Amino acid sequence: MREWRYLLAEQRGTLVAMAIFALMFTIYVANHPAGLTSNVVQTAANKGVLLAFVAMAQTLVVITAGIDLSVGMIMVLTNCLASALVVGTPLQAGLGVIAVLAAGTLCGALNGTIVIYGRLQPIVTTIATGAIYFGLALLIRPFPGGSVHEVLADAMTGKIGGVFPASIAALAAVVALVWVPFSRSLAGRAAFASGSAEQAAYMSGLPIRRGRFLAYALAGLCAGAGGLFLTFFTYTGEAAQVSGSAYTLFSIAAVVLGGVSLYGGRGSAIGAVFGALAFRTIGDMLFVFDFDALWQPLFQGLILMVAVSLGAFGLLRVRNRLDWFR
Amino acid sequence: MANPAIPMPAFLRRADPAVLIAFACILVLLLIGSIYSPGFLTAKYLLQQLKVASFLGIIATGTMIIILLGHIDLSVPWAMTMGAMMGCAAAALGPVGSALAVPFGILCGMAIGLVNGLGVAYLRIPSMIVTLASNAVTQGLMVVYTGGYAPQDAATPAMRFLATGETIPGLPNAALIWAVIGTLAILGLRRSVFGRAVFGIGNSERAAYMSGVGTRRIVMLAFVVSGGLSAFAGTLLAGYASKASQSMGDTYLLPAIAAVVLGGTSILGGRGSYVGTIAGVILVTLLQSILSVMQLPEAGRQIIHGLVIIVMLLLYGRTPAAR
Repeated sequence: MREWRYLLAEQRGTLVAMAIFALMFTIYVANHPAGLTSNVVQTAANKGVLLAFVAMAQTLVVITAGIDLSVGMIMVLTNCLASALVVGTPLQAGLGVIAVLAAGTLCGALNGTIVIYGRLQPIVTTIATGAIYFGLALLIRPFPGGSVHEVLADAMTGKIGGVFPASIAALAAVVALVWVPFSRSLAGRAAFASGSAEQAAYMSGLPIRRGRFLAYALAGLCAGAGGLFLTFFTYTGEAAQVSGSAYTLFSIAAVVLGGVSLYGGRGSAIGAVFGALAFRTIGDMLFVFDFDALWQPLFQGLILMVAVSLGAFGLLRVRNRLDWFR
Repeated sequence: MANPAIPMPAFLRRADPAVLIAFACILVLLLIGSIYSPGFLTAKYLLQQLKVASFLGIIATGTMIIILLGHIDLSVPWAMTMGAMMGCAAAALGPVGSALAVPFGILCGMAIGLVNGLGVAYLRIPSMIVTLASNAVTQGLMVVYTGGYAPQDAATPAMRFLATGETIPGLPNAALIWAVIGTLAILGLRRSVFGRAVFGIGNSERAAYMSGVGTRRIVMLAFVVSGGLSAFAGTLLAGYASKASQSMGDTYLLPAIAAVVLGGTSILGGRGSYVGTIAGVILVTLLQSILSVMQLPEAGRQIIHGLVIIVMLLLYGRTPAAR
């Protein structure tokens, strides 16, 4: 009986995110003119999956008590790369996919190297590397363009068996291949531990550097997967600063909605994935209620503001005023 | 450092090496610029650069105070844009609105700063998150206000005069304004209770609180000042370009942080001097101007900005090693 209570407490954030998403999606579908058809689900899934990849990337870094403000730019860079590399014969396209994912991982690993071995603050480091990645993206695609292997793109964004969205299956595969092994590995536990109490983790001899480095590198991989899917959806590559910053911003919103603590050490990428899907659904809610699309940025900003402000309820539990200052 | 064998002037011995390096870099850049283009070292061109630097200087003043506290303000871009758009909007309301355009713009920026300050100081949300969120909300407000297009309202003559006019012949007004704000910042940071509190909080907010400083009020005030300064720079920039536009603020966030960091202010808070920030602002402006003279595309500029920040931080901004 006890065990269950602990398990429940550990997964509370994820469960709340799932509940928010289920509620929001029900309202969304109930008011959607087309109702619950596989096309509506597919469109919603495709939009949500992009953000879910970036949110997963953000989670990996946030659990180490860091932040990655370059995830959106890694996505933009890999989008531009994919629009140049994932073309030609199936073999070339396959190698292109690997190259794009490797580039994403490399970007993440660079962030990790600078933050961990250069001992710099993650915020400013990733703002700066984000500018570098965006510059590289602009070098690759000064103007929007390029193309992508269309058979592959259609397969990844279509429906499996005419019903289930393929993008959701791809997302589940990435979660199963990246997040699950990482969070159960020694390095993954070390990443969690360094996020909640770095000193204690160090004293216990955990490999915190390796754990944090892996977290940053895998974050790059996830953001790269996001960039790849962005290319599959749009068929082009575009170095758009606005969309890069927007994805970074929304990834933080998704992480917060997904019950991941911004102070590190708590949370799950699965929660963040549901946070991302919920955030997208809330954002799209305006359309089914016939609001002007102009209100969407304000609405999304307000969701983020409210979500982060809810964290302040923890202050009510503070007994000693000195605990305000960590 | 204290080597009695080499006599050094007192001001050099006391100076932060980062500030000295920044000034040295300025000289090097001037040299490179003059080799590259003969028109670079003329008074006219340099005064033009000073005018451009003034906008960045005003923003960097606010950014520096926030960084001294150990926080960061990512709401600069839309605080600027909101200041500019609201200033121009007030100007469209008639003579009274026109007269109050600049104060109204600043007031809007201060409102954003107030939200940031309340979130950071009282709700204890990480500053980066609050300012990112308030930036998004402000952007949303402005998108709704303008309908997604560039607003039609033009800048007032007063805004244009402040940004491009010359009260003292030869010296742009914008530079004069930066000089006034800079003097206030130097005096405020060095001599006032507020300034001492800012440095204290940056070093240890706990200790400052225990010493009886109203740390939450000071932090909130600092964010209000930063928001107001960003908006003020926005109204000036609108005067310079004679109207406000959607993405006018996007190109200022990174340079402002770069200028402060290049000037030797510790990104961890609690350490830095305004003279360094002045050097940083001039350095960043000269760097940008040389890059544009060399016709380097935007991509190259982004990469160089990023690299410069990281290299400078690796030199000065490293956190202590684990134990």
